[in-house]
Amino acid sequence: MDSYLDKLIFEKSRQGRRAFAQAPEAPAELDIPDAFLRSDRPGLPEASELQVVRHFTRLSQKNFSIDTQFYPLGSCTMKYNPRVCNSLALLPGFAGRHPLGPASHGQGFLSCMYELQEMLKAVTGMQGVSLTPMAGAQGELTGVAMIQAYHEARGDLDRNEILVPDAAHGTNPATATMCGCVVRELPTGPDGDIEMEALKAAVGPKTAGIMLTNPSTLGVFERDIVEVDKIVRDAGGLLYYDGANLNAILGKVRPGDMGFDVIHMNLHKTFSTPHGGGGPGSGAVGVGERLLPFMPVPVVSKQEVDGDVFYDWLTEADLPQTIGRLSGFMGNAGVLLRAYVYMRLVGRDGMRRIAEYATLNANYLQARLRDAGFELAYPGRRASHEFIITLRHEANELHLTAMDLAKALLDYNFHAPTTYFPLLVPECLLIEPTETESKETLDNFVNAMIDIARRAREDGETFKEAPYNTPVRRLDDVKAARQLDVRFEP
Amino acid sequence: MPFIPHTQDDTDEMLEAIGAASIEELFDEIPPDLMIDSLDGVPDAMSEMQIARLMRDRAAMDGAPLCFIGAGAYEHHIPQVVWDIATRGEYYSAYTPYQAEASQGTLQTIYEYQTMITELTGLDVSNASLYDGASGLAEAALMAVRSNRAVKTGKVFLAPGVNPTYCKVAMAIASSQGLAFDYLPMDHGTGNVVFDELNDDADPVAVVIQQPTFLGTLEDVDRLTDWAHARGAHVIAIANPTSLALLKAPGHWGEVGADIACGEGQPLGVPLSSGGPYFGYMTCKQKHVRQMPGRIIGRTTDLEGKPGFTLTLQAREQHIRRSKATSNICTNQGLMVTAATIYMSLLGTDGLANVARQAAATTARLVDGLTSIDGVTRLFDGPAFHEVALGLDRPVAPVLAALADRNILGGYDLFADFPDLGNALLVCATETKTDADIDAYVDALRDIFAASLEKSA
Repeated sequence: MDSYLDKLIFEKSRQGRRAFAQAPEAPAELDIPDAFLRSDRPGLPEASELQVVRHFTRLSQKNFSIDTQFYPLGSCTMKYNPRVCNSLALLPGFAGRHPLGPASHGQGFLSCMYELQEMLKAVTGMQGVSLTPMAGAQGELTGVAMIQAYHEARGDLDRNEILVPDAAHGTNPATATMCGCVVRELPTGPDGDIEMEALKAAVGPKTAGIMLTNPSTLGVFERDIVEVDKIVRDAGGLLYYDGANLNAILGKVRPGDMGFDVIHMNLHKTFSTPHGGGGPGSGAVGVGERLLPFMPVPVVSKQEVDGDVFYDWLTEADLPQTIGRLSGFMGNAGVLLRAYVYMRLVGRDGMRRIAEYATLNANYLQARLRDAGFELAYPGRRASHEFIITLRHEANELHLTAMDLAKALLDYNFHAPTTYFPLLVPECLLIEPTETESKETLDNFVNAMIDIARRAREDGETFKEAPYNTPVRRLDDVKAARQLDVRFEP
Repeated sequence: MPFIPHTQDDTDEMLEAIGAASIEELFDEIPPDLMIDSLDGVPDAMSEMQIARLMRDRAAMDGAPLCFIGAGAYEHHIPQVVWDIATRGEYYSAYTPYQAEASQGTLQTIYEYQTMITELTGLDVSNASLYDGASGLAEAALMAVRSNRAVKTGKVFLAPGVNPTYCKVAMAIASSQGLAFDYLPMDHGTGNVVFDELNDDADPVAVVIQQPTFLGTLEDVDRLTDWAHARGAHVIAIANPTSLALLKAPGHWGEVGADIACGEGQPLGVPLSSGGPYFGYMTCKQKHVRQMPGRIIGRTTDLEGKPGFTLTLQAREQHIRRSKATSNICTNQGLMVTAATIYMSLLGTDGLANVARQAAATTARLVDGLTSIDGVTRLFDGPAFHEVALGLDRPVAPVLAALADRNILGGYDLFADFPDLGNALLVCATETKTDADIDAYVDALRDIFAASLEKSA
């Protein structure tokens, strides 16, 4: 049924075959007693170099990606990843540097890291930055841990509640739980802003802090942010900014100016490091004055002695109240280098243009889809860099669900938007075009959406079995979970 | 405008469709007091040519020292194919494979990875990776608490050979959930656990055993695993994946094998790159799979009956379970896993074993050379893999500084982590080091020792 090319690498194996240029013949004798050695033969693939190249090249071609398709995945900021960011991060001096090498042999690398910290402080309005968290979710964990450490250091020991809006990304409540906190969910009002009365009722002497994304995952700016800040602050809580949507406000407004005490940035979104098929990310954190002593280590410092500049690490000895270490070394250093190169390429004025054109693209797409008859979840609002349409009518009347439309788009060679998130909007699609897409691409996407709606009106069942043109059609997720097959058994 | 395609005509037409007079107007829901005019602190834009020059200069500043440091990150030859393929745009610029039909490349790659890593560790199930080895231990400890529900103590014991940084990271991440981490006693003659001093009345929820140990020795993992299981604890193995081409797989430790294995995946084709991005691997016995954190890929069929791959058991994860998820982890280290999968495919079973044997042999030659110098001895008896702790007759830091002046990174100074071991230095040589490299190190160290002798004389 499937061709040789589509088989697993294990099914292409022949014992005794391998890429012989890659592993030198090794001495047979080994000074390790048998008791420590394995007697079985681990079943890695045995294939020639060409077989491996062809296999993984072929696999790559079964992916949608930014380089090959429009990828309007909401809240993921799938913008162009400049190739030069990758090649410069992989220069031998950077790629070959051992993490425990002395600072004397790392001044080039450390100077980039120090300058990255400074630029991130500037764009967020925060007082300090630690680059160590390895993903957004780890940045969140860092932020909540710092909030806890702050309260603890003041002897304020009862504050264990974290407020999270119901529209929040799932990592927010999961993080609060991981930190041993209790989650209190806040309702969203009909226009997409947090319900102020509910917030006032929720805060109190147990409030540790609030986790907010602004603009929110509903694609709108929280207009009452100044009041939110005041209510939480007056109750003794701290404010955490989830930087998932920082791209929308870059160079226009800063979390530090909105009153936030701590922020994590998703460098793989805003600063265009590659998503890599699901990581690596990077979740650098920025902090205000109150949380400076608690930053995770290491942090890069700059010392000037007699006109000579020397970059070095700040460790536990320099920051005795630190929440500690989050990774074996200093986090995803190579990702940080890519973000550094990107920020230098874009520069000061480019930062605000990112937010401006991301917002222009989102509002344009929103207007075109509204005019084409799609229902906006928040019609009275400006889009930020993303917006939501709801297919509740199409689902009822035409049997076209958000899932069907997402799968149908794949046949038009567009990646689907984010579906069924945020959870409070029924049959929703969260659409984020990013600033790097051209008007023609957006117009083509609108045309595809219009065409799908037209065909659904003609025959509501048309898309129940979409997609038709992808390497596989709709997959049986129930079978995947019930008959668990998570490794190849020969 | 770098990377923004809009012409003035485009912008005008788009604003007209929106019904806005200017781009500024699109920000009119933000309180005006909060808006800023300029971003001091971000320099002007550079062209690609300019930034390339700057970065080349800076990379050159860091030089290409001869490196004998291991301590959790290991220099190995990385076949050209690995990153040529991994940085194809279709891998590099894709995202988490939520839309399975548009992500079969990434999904099948991870499924193949899961198979390879379960083969190496001798366990049943692998996830799609965690951030790195150190944070992986934190996740493994939290997982052990969930899977070993009979034990409520929250005590996690660490064999003395567990990387001290891993312990720090696990404490930073997991202690707020009531976990406490304690080291078991070390025998200073062997570097391994002292079985006679183990408390048989202890009731840990998990015991963590690293093999090879951080100090380069080989622990009696069978005996320690059995001791832990007899106390009702789950066993978490930490193993260098290269070593698993030769050493007993965690799934076969002791009578019934470790319950969970985790560790640093970097040796499998990932560049040293100042500490990241790497990836943490994690495998476990089938019965614990529902407590595993992170993505898991399963093979299933599509509506035509064709085999295909999809994210599975998502009910464990944060985007479904929110505050009740097994972890807050969202992305993994996908691209690093892609690289590792290609690396393992190229080397194969025999190739990886060759790398491991060559590294062990090279390290043995290095240690022979260094211990031929007066004042340098092996700290521990017993076998080693590709890392060895040496005792010096003088403080290590100045010696390493003198070596660094000669562009040699001579190893990892153990003093801060293990002050009881005295002047101790951890050295590592992989298959990348030639006899000439080893001679260069040995000659330089001999010189430095002789020079300081002359100075003191």
